[in-house]
Amino acid sequence: MGVLPRWADVVLVPLVSLLLAAIFSALVILSIGEDPAETLKVMVDGALGSAYGWGYTLYYATSFIFTGLAVTVAFHAGLFNIGGEGQAQLGGLGVALVCLSYPWPHWTIALLAASFGAAAFGAVWAAIPAYLQAKRGSHIVITTIMFNYIAAAFIVYILVDVLRPAGQMDPATARFPVGAKLPALNEIPGLNLIFVKAVPANVTIFVALAACVAVWALLWRTRLGYQIRAFGKSEPAAKYAGINPTKIVMIAMIISGALAGLMAINNVMGEAERLVQNSASGAGFIGIAVALMGRNHPVGVFLAALLFGFLYQGGAELGLWTSIPIELRIVVQGLVILFTGALDQMVRMMLSFFFSFGRQRAA
Amino acid sequence: MDFATLLQILDSTLRLATPLLLACLAGLFSERAGIFDIGLEGKMLMAAMASATVAALTGSVWIGLCAGIAASLLLAGLHGIASITFRGNQLISGVALNFLSSGITVLVAQRMFGQGGRTPPLAGPARFEPITLPLADAVKDVPVLGPLYADVLSGHSILVYVALALVPASWWLLYRTRFGLRLRAAGENPAALDTAGVSVVGMRFAAVAITGVLCGLAGAYMATALQAGFGREMTAGRGYIALAALIFAKWRPWYALWATLLFGFFQALALRPDVVERVLTIKVPVPALDALPYILTVIVLAGFIGKAVPPRAGGEPYVKER
Amino acid sequence: MSGDTDTGRRDSAAPDQQPLAIELRGISKAFGPVQANKDISIKVSRGSIHGIIGENGAGKSTLMSILYGFYKADSGEILIGGQAITIPDSQAAIRAGIGMVFQHFKLVQNFSVLENVILGAEEGRLLAPSLDNARRILGQLSREYGLDVDPDALIEDLSVGHQQRVEILKALYREADILILDEPTGVLTPAEADHLFRILRGLKAQGKTIVLITHKLREIMDITDRVSVMRRGEMVATVETDATSPEDLAELMVGRKVLLQVEKKPKQPGAVVLEVENLRVRDDSKVERLKGVSLTIRAGEILGIAGVAGNGQSELLQALGGITRATGVVRMNGVDVDLTGRHSDGQSRRTQGIAHVPEDRQNLGLIMDFTAWENVAFGYHNDPKYQKNALFMDNDAIRADTVAKMERFDVRPPIPTLAAKSFSGGNQQKIVVAREIERNPDLLLVGQPTRGVDIGAIEFIHKQIVALRDAGKAILLVSVELDEIMSLSDRIAVMFDGQIMGTRDPATTNERELGLLMAGVADPVKGAA
Repeated sequence: MGVLPRWADVVLVPLVSLLLAAIFSALVILSIGEDPAETLKVMVDGALGSAYGWGYTLYYATSFIFTGLAVTVAFHAGLFNIGGEGQAQLGGLGVALVCLSYPWPHWTIALLAASFGAAAFGAVWAAIPAYLQAKRGSHIVITTIMFNYIAAAFIVYILVDVLRPAGQMDPATARFPVGAKLPALNEIPGLNLIFVKAVPANVTIFVALAACVAVWALLWRTRLGYQIRAFGKSEPAAKYAGINPTKIVMIAMIISGALAGLMAINNVMGEAERLVQNSASGAGFIGIAVALMGRNHPVGVFLAALLFGFLYQGGAELGLWTSIPIELRIVVQGLVILFTGALDQMVRMMLSFFFSFGRQRAA
Repeated sequence: MDFATLLQILDSTLRLATPLLLACLAGLFSERAGIFDIGLEGKMLMAAMASATVAALTGSVWIGLCAGIAASLLLAGLHGIASITFRGNQLISGVALNFLSSGITVLVAQRMFGQGGRTPPLAGPARFEPITLPLADAVKDVPVLGPLYADVLSGHSILVYVALALVPASWWLLYRTRFGLRLRAAGENPAALDTAGVSVVGMRFAAVAITGVLCGLAGAYMATALQAGFGREMTAGRGYIALAALIFAKWRPWYALWATLLFGFFQALALRPDVVERVLTIKVPVPALDALPYILTVIVLAGFIGKAVPPRAGGEPYVKER
Repeated sequence: MSGDTDTGRRDSAAPDQQPLAIELRGISKAFGPVQANKDISIKVSRGSIHGIIGENGAGKSTLMSILYGFYKADSGEILIGGQAITIPDSQAAIRAGIGMVFQHFKLVQNFSVLENVILGAEEGRLLAPSLDNARRILGQLSREYGLDVDPDALIEDLSVGHQQRVEILKALYREADILILDEPTGVLTPAEADHLFRILRGLKAQGKTIVLITHKLREIMDITDRVSVMRRGEMVATVETDATSPEDLAELMVGRKVLLQVEKKPKQPGAVVLEVENLRVRDDSKVERLKGVSLTIRAGEILGIAGVAGNGQSELLQALGGITRATGVVRMNGVDVDLTGRHSDGQSRRTQGIAHVPEDRQNLGLIMDFTAWENVAFGYHNDPKYQKNALFMDNDAIRADTVAKMERFDVRPPIPTLAAKSFSGGNQQKIVVAREIERNPDLLLVGQPTRGVDIGAIEFIHKQIVALRDAGKAILLVSVELDEIMSLSDRIAVMFDGQIMGTRDPATTNERELGLLMAGVADPVKGAA
């Protein structure tokens, strides 16, 4: 079998995988008696047809950039972090504690402090499975899944028994002080000309973009990133080179957890302005699809996060205007992971068949 | 804790351990043949939805069971194609199929019944009824053993007994038959099997198919016996807990029984906060009890309770070498 | 294969010709652009031992894999016992009476001998009858060929020599008439190899046909009747063993005269560089693999470690290289080396002047998915000259260094951005050797420096090692190739079962003496007396 040219491997493989996922999604929509074309139109109109729609799409995309980067960093260390969901929820707790602890004078200071809180809590929640993997050999995939369930239970306990203000019925924290309110895109001079209606997308998107650059620099320009990638490719070789496996597993997962936790400044601080149950609402899992789709590169993660932002906002619109349940989003997400992550070899084989066929014709 | 309460808890232990046991044996066949399957959860969920849907439509739990097995087999086949035929990442394939099931189950249930992704409650022949074992009433008055037989062992649905019978059956199949020898070889050293002229791909697909059937039983049990109908995400991580039990059980059928009974016991305790409170004499928050099986899983995985050697070729796609 | 056909062939064959067990006609096989086998034809007589010799990558294994149904030839014909057949899979090869003993045994480690023997050849759905029957047949085979092995032992508890017998038993249990052995002696002591050869002669006497694939000339001369030589995918000659010599065969293999001896100046050892006392290593399952090794190496000296693979050489290299933890005392230039604590890693070793060309370049020495330039920094990624500032690495500097190294070590193709896996074995090894030697270390640890490396690169790498020694550095050389040890070393230590059995001067010792030490005979001199 022929070898694919590099550009085809980088560009064509994810695109074809995406196309396959789209075709199968359309089949799913058909099978529940809906019209795929109509569905797509509702999604595009709702997510991309207006600045208002974009405000939601970008809001979701911001969260997905963080969780996608989280999965990416762990992946480069050869670790499959499925715990982004729990880490993001814990990040939300960190944000809530920081925001509620002090009447913040200005959002910039609050953002700094809350980012620290979010990252720290997410990092701690990732560090425990990391430690168990590095020192006890427990399978990080299963441990991080368990930590998602434990996180959900823990947050319920905190919200019901600890942080719920007296007299409030629903399990949530108090509303954050006004000083901790992040400007939405419609409140930023210049951008408010585009976003006239109130949108959830907020300044966090710039933090997310900065995180993309930072992760790129970390992985491909620093010694730490070099060691993370080397360890991820071959653990025995890393030991030969004097790279400490425990250290790399811990650091990579701490960075990964911190990134997942940072997502909370977007949804908890930037949008909900209080911590509620199930705050991450699946964004942690989307990170897996985003990272796989983005080929574990920050640029790819950014593009894939936009795509999933569209899918999420579009999916929500479906819930509003059609009878299609918004769980369609999870189906598409599953299909994307399947085709980009598990059946990528199939796509490659298909493509190289076409390529060698083309070469034979040309010869 | 009085004897009656203990009997109640043991009774729920058996009830709650059954889906774990079925899923654990499912994972056992797959992993013994060298295919990691993190998608037990998704297969159970899909089977639960399919069985409840078909049982609700046809009024027959048995047709429902067949539908559940078929749905689970379909996912197992996909996992096989991804991880055996195309040598994809087995973990990612499992995760993908879990998401797929999580979404599709709701989509289908909503489309069929329009009740927010639930099936209508099942009753009568659309559900597995408890079976009273022979002599259960007769021996009820024998001290200790009598109530254990009559109140704990007796009075479950047929699938509970099927699951229990599958333990020795799996052992026999794995260790006393040609099929079992070849299946274990596929997970330990597929090259040895291949050079002996047996198809590794064939053996692995066979193992994955067994996994599909067993997950089908587990899911159908969830929706048509343990509960009366399908609800979204009703498997609640049982597929993952079964995986942990599998590691705890060192990939052996009899150990799998004990491991899943232990996990079932903890799930039973989580349902009875009053009992836990009385025994421990302190108030334990309900979320802590909810989290207990997951915490226990982490502790088991951390190897604080014994260490196990997984099948040597587990998770590795088989590629012929020169 | 029916007896009738055989008789028919025997009648029609010329009187001086043996009937053929195997005949290959014009076999070709390409993997993408690589032509592994080019128009290969060969005839193997029934009841003979036929050697196939050639360098690594000459195409021997590919040819045998085609015969065993692992690959389908692009063109050509296979005749077994005079009948043209196709071999689409291993099952077909077994049916045709072909048995294969692979270089890496195809045994299930936690199965018993019996279970391994019947795997794939069971007689029914239940195991018990098959196992009973196999036990009986194995008893017969053991008596007939001296292949004694406990049928109930688990494979993981057997020595490699016994594991190999299980492989032969597997083939005989399947009633193989043709036995192919791929590099069978690589893992055996000379004594075990002799035992194997006795078994093979016994099999030949019973009329079995044996094909022996090897790169060791001595074995070919010892045991074969005829020998075929392969070079770069082509069959260059088939000769009667009696009518050839090792020198002729070597020349046929390589295509030119081979310099079997490395030129080097007499040694001028200086101060002691490395002192090792009572070094012990346990593996993950707490089994002691290194049982108290002591040695010293001086500046300007090559200490060669001979021994059969798996007798603690790897553990010695890994302990000294900081990969595994150990107990005992190691002093480098008089300074204690940390064997268990925070500084018992590869980084600390490198700062202490120890460089390491590991035995397994694909799994240890290189990251196969990394580019050549990323691999040049591997292990030296903390080197100040590779840093731009406190935060970032200077990738341009690493690339420039890689270009220079590739030129000096003649790495081909000289493209620093190519992934390591895209280079040939010899060029991969040159990248590793360049990286380690150019550090100008006080001590170089070298494991199997020429495994899977073509002859041209072997000479080059040997010269580099000798040059480092002439520059006054200490070198610890581990190799399972006795020739390599004999020609490079200034002193030879022989390891067996995690211990050093003895140290010899290459000028005064011989292969026989070393072979006895390798087999664990503690004092061969006394034993001989």
